[in-house]
Amino acid sequence: MRRVAIAGAGLAGLTAAQELRRLGYDGEISMIGAERHRPYRRPPLSKEYLLANDNDNDNDNDNDSDNGVGVALAGIDDLSVTWLLGHPATGLDLVGRRLHRGALPPVPFDALVIATGVRARTLPGAGELRGVVTLRGLDDARALRAALTTRPRVVVAGAGFIGSEVAATLRALDLPVTLVGPGRVPLRRPLGDEVGAIVAGLHRAHGVDLRLGRRVAGVTGTGRVERVHLDDGTALPADLLVVALGAEPETEWLRGCGLRLDRGVVVDRHGLAAPRVAAAGDVARRPSALLGGELVRVEHYGNALEQGAQAARALLGVAAPFDPVPSFWCHLYGHRLQSAGFTGTGYDLRLVTREPDGRFLAEYHRDGRLVGVVTAGFVRRLTTYRQSLTKEYA
Amino acid sequence: MRVRVDMTLCQTHAQCVFAAPEVFALDDDDELVYDATPADASWPAVEQAARACPVQAIFLDGD
Ligand SMILES: Cc1cc2nc3c(=O)[nH]c(=O)nc-3n(C[C@H](O)[C@H](O)[C@H](O)COP(=O)(O)OP(=O)(O)OC[C@H]3O[C@@H](n4cnc5c(N)ncnc54)[C@H](O)[C@@H]3O)c2cc1C
Ligand code: SF4
Repeated sequence: MRRVAIAGAGLAGLTAAQELRRLGYDGEISMIGAERHRPYRRPPLSKEYLLANDNDNDNDNDNDSDNGVGVALAGIDDLSVTWLLGHPATGLDLVGRRLHRGALPPVPFDALVIATGVRARTLPGAGELRGVVTLRGLDDARALRAALTTRPRVVVAGAGFIGSEVAATLRALDLPVTLVGPGRVPLRRPLGDEVGAIVAGLHRAHGVDLRLGRRVAGVTGTGRVERVHLDDGTALPADLLVVALGAEPETEWLRGCGLRLDRGVVVDRHGLAAPRVAAAGDVARRPSALLGGELVRVEHYGNALEQGAQAARALLGVAAPFDPVPSFWCHLYGHRLQSAGFTGTGYDLRLVTREPDGRFLAEYHRDGRLVGVVTAGFVRRLTTYRQSLTKEYA
Repeated sequence: MRVRVDMTLCQTHAQCVFAAPEVFALDDDDELVYDATPADASWPAVEQAARACPVQAIFLDGD
């Protein structure tokens, strides 16, 4: 194996490259990225990045080594890889072992890592109105941050992690925010009703106009958004609509290539989608031992790291079956929600502890077995839970 | 080899504890405590912990 191609220059792709080098692989690595940026950290984009002043040491440019305010990843400069940035991979020839990039020369490989992540869902029918934005990449975040300087009235469509975080962050800037979500409570699907209700309380306490059980049906305006319409007929005046309706795995470019695609690139317990073809990060769907072998796709930072490293091991043939216990964190008004394992409406929620100061701990069970935990504030207990989840299902 | 955590950056995300529990831990007040000179065998896990830290607060100095 002398040539490794990595499709997707994000966190999982970078980690795969770093792990290949750490394990002594000294052949070629080509990193193919749709964005013009080298890999960076996305979590700050819905948090402190939006709070930073645009002029604050934001020295990012096209071929940056430092992608600006607090999003740089360590160790990129020491990595000897060929960066093929600014153009997406458009097709995979599994037999001929080549990655296509539109009219550009294809990239030949002996082994491949697919790490193309997800893209933000857009609002059907939102058209081309200015002031309607999604938040996935650094360019999105920069555009959003620039839009905030005019102190817009903001509507956020979607009360998941990113929608909730953006709402909280914009309240810290004292902007008027309306948060629209289809569920009974924010974060209902990933965290369940009772934890979602705690989050709803936080939003309300911080002045967010919560519209629950509602969807954004459309937007109107001349040239730019002026009104956001809900499915109950309400028209909200707005200068900015942040569309945070979740994400879709970036797999279109793989259609028809022969890999199993099923709401993501399906991989085995080693992280392989085919011989010498691994997939990692937000785009990958793997069987989880914790859930009895059910296929899961996890959109969390730590998961991209663990699977990226596993992809490298799989390509080098040193992979052991591996079952990372997912975990996320999410910032809301100075509270930090943190998880271990699987959480959400699909499991039985048990609120174990709830303190008046906002701290809480909730367990999630399936068929009587613990599969996940969420906390605000009880971090040490979370680490203990995580260790036992890891041990039990390793 | 040495580990240093910038405690002014640390936000107790515990990702390092998940990655390298033999080196990083939380004390009774949920403050991070860690072994600044871990055994060589722990090093791969420590490197993973440094990468996993969401605020990039962990710094590693080679030998
Ligand atoms: C605003 C925001 C906040 C977040 N906050 C948190 C958080 O607090 N906690 C947490 O755990 N997780 C958080 N996440 C999730 C976390 O960032 C992701 O799980 C992680 O980035 C996934 O890494 P990845 O490498 O799989 O995908 P990505 O980082 O998305 O990288 C994929 C890359 O592939 C590129 N690409 C796509 N298609 C192609 C193609 N055809 N060819 C070439 N390149 C392509 C994309 O442009 C992208 O650069 C957040 C995400 C966002 C967007
Ligand atoms: S991962 Fe980083 S922020 Fe979290 S406890 Fe460790 S050093 Fe602190």
